[in-house]
Amino acid sequence: MTTKLIVDCSTGETTEVELTAEEVKEREAMAKEYAAAKAAEEVVNAAKAKAKAELLDRLGITAEEAKLLLS
Amino acid sequence: MATTYTLISSVTVGLLGASSIDFTSIPSTYTDLLLVSSVRTTRAAYHESLTMSFNGLTTNRTNRRLYGDGGSAASTNDTLMYGGQAAGATATASTFGNAATYIPNYAGSTYNKSSSNDSVSENNATNALSALNANLWSSTAAITQITLTPENSGTITQYSTAYLYGISNA
Repeated sequence: MTTKLIVDCSTGETTEVELTAEEVKEREAMAKEYAAAKAAEEVVNAAKAKAKAELLDRLGITAEEAKLLLS
Repeated sequence: MATTYTLISSVTVGLLGASSIDFTSIPSTYTDLLLVSSVRTTRAAYHESLTMSFNGLTTNRTNRRLYGDGGSAASTNDTLMYGGQAAGATATASTFGNAATYIPNYAGSTYNKSSSNDSVSENNATNALSALNANLWSSTAAITQITLTPENSGTITQYSTAYLYGISNA
């Protein structure tokens, strides 16, 4: 049973209420959306890392040397 | 806290945990709100983001987040709002993420509602996240409800807390 905590600011009372089926679905959809966004971000980061490594290789310098050049 | 800060309501999560924390019937008698939270979730990771919504609505939300872990920094844009970072289940035991969210002019009915927070996921190791969030709820409705929900369906664990303060400008 998944419950949410509701704090009524007018009375100070806190109650536990079970999530509706729709609320559970909404939470699951949000988690799926996050996972998809994270996976997409990782693909982009991997491509960037690969391009960086290839460029350093072509230039024949290390990452530290590149940092020094750009400083 | 300054004398113009008034505690409206607070909650400490009990043994069974909670899927979200909802402050309802927020009085309109203050100028701004400050939501201070200290949260840990059951997500099997070092941290979990807490999404935030107003008046039970998940539409018309936008966010820009800057975050970093000391090794790298990044930014994201989203069509939701964040209420800060929580510590996840693999963070150092008995450690909670902390966030302070400021919501100015929450009770007005003329302008859209912006909010900002700074937070940290807290972890006695290399994986700890600091984040700054700028949120916008594109609605002129007065805010009467604030909901914090873990983004990855983690459950908010026992001893997590949230305190809602009202701030008066005089």
